[in-house]
Amino acid sequence: MSLRTPLGRALGLGSAGDGTAHWWQQRVTAVGLALLGLWFAVSMLGADLGDRAALVAWIGQPLNASLLVLLVLTAAWHSQLGTRVIAEDYVHGAMKVPLLIALQFIHAIAAAVGVLAVLQIAIGGR
Amino acid sequence: MAEFRLPANSRIRPGKQFQAPADAKQVKQFVVYRYDPDTGENPRLDTYELDVARCGPMVLDALIKIKNEVDPTLTFRRSCREGICGSCAMNIDGTNTLACTKAIDEVSGDVKIYPLPHLPVVKDLVPDLTNFYAQYASIKPWIQTRTPPPPDSERLQSKEDQEKINEPSACILCACCSTACPSYWWNSDRYLGPAALLAAYRWIVDSRDEATGERLDALQDPFKLYRCHTIMNCTRTCPKGLNPARAIAEIKLKLAERQY
Repeated sequence: MSLRTPLGRALGLGSAGDGTAHWWQQRVTAVGLALLGLWFAVSMLGADLGDRAALVAWIGQPLNASLLVLLVLTAAWHSQLGTRVIAEDYVHGAMKVPLLIALQFIHAIAAAVGVLAVLQIAIGGR
Repeated sequence: MAEFRLPANSRIRPGKQFQAPADAKQVKQFVVYRYDPDTGENPRLDTYELDVARCGPMVLDALIKIKNEVDPTLTFRRSCREGICGSCAMNIDGTNTLACTKAIDEVSGDVKIYPLPHLPVVKDLVPDLTNFYAQYASIKPWIQTRTPPPPDSERLQSKEDQEKINEPSACILCACCSTACPSYWWNSDRYLGPAALLAAYRWIVDSRDEATGERLDALQDPFKLYRCHTIMNCTRTCPKGLNPARAIAEIKLKLAERQY
């Protein structure tokens, strides 16, 4: 039980002075994902997905490889921002911070694997 | 984790049935949430049959008729009976609204009446609004200036500037919006909720106020402001037809504007 006043509780720890960058990045990455996703979908529709050599050659072109790396990074960052909000919304108590850290690690690994896979094909040619 | 099921002592059980008088012409059933902390019993749903032909047109009229003629133990807040005090805010037919401006014949079938959602219940339809009012107080809902007022007149404001605060000033703090907001349900200890943020916006856009920056500083927080995910329940449920969701979006835009 706490005898703290209701106003004291409502004021809490005050303002974190943060949140605007997160909100802005969520929107910018959403626009980026829409554009990159559209480019990727159109490219895949026009490609012969049965022809591996042609796809490897397509990924090997610098512009395509760069945009694919950007697609992976944007998707991972956008997902990291979004899942963090979900965790903050619904998870309270001792599990919150470990979950927020785990989410960051999972997204960092996903981004690294994705980028490496693109580079392996684009530079390594396999 | 967020709790998605009511705690065991809050689960609702069936309650009493009150029959309409034998000579009733037009019977309608009112299913009302009842909770009395003194008995230690779980909440229950009592059903009152009323002759709406002998009742005023609004849901509040029916509640007053029940209290006066059927069951004096029914507890609810009411005052102005014309939608300006906000006292009789409750959940009627699944939507938060004012009992005094909600017509009985707008509801098809039984009229189901619950207290505002996700607040501690004091008794029956009376929720505990302590935190809601404290959050309102926390945004400093008064004018803050450094320039002294003119010695011989009021602080002047242009017509255009006055129009900016017309709508947000019309909020009656009934709490319908905040208690309709899922973000407020899960995080009302830290998220200020649409009503307090609408009030904050009212002072942020007031041309006479000189604490705009400090007000924005106080809101720049992942929980106080940014728990709003534009769900829009607030705007849909507001019995005064106000738009708290747009006010919150405007605050976010102002914060972005000063950062980028």
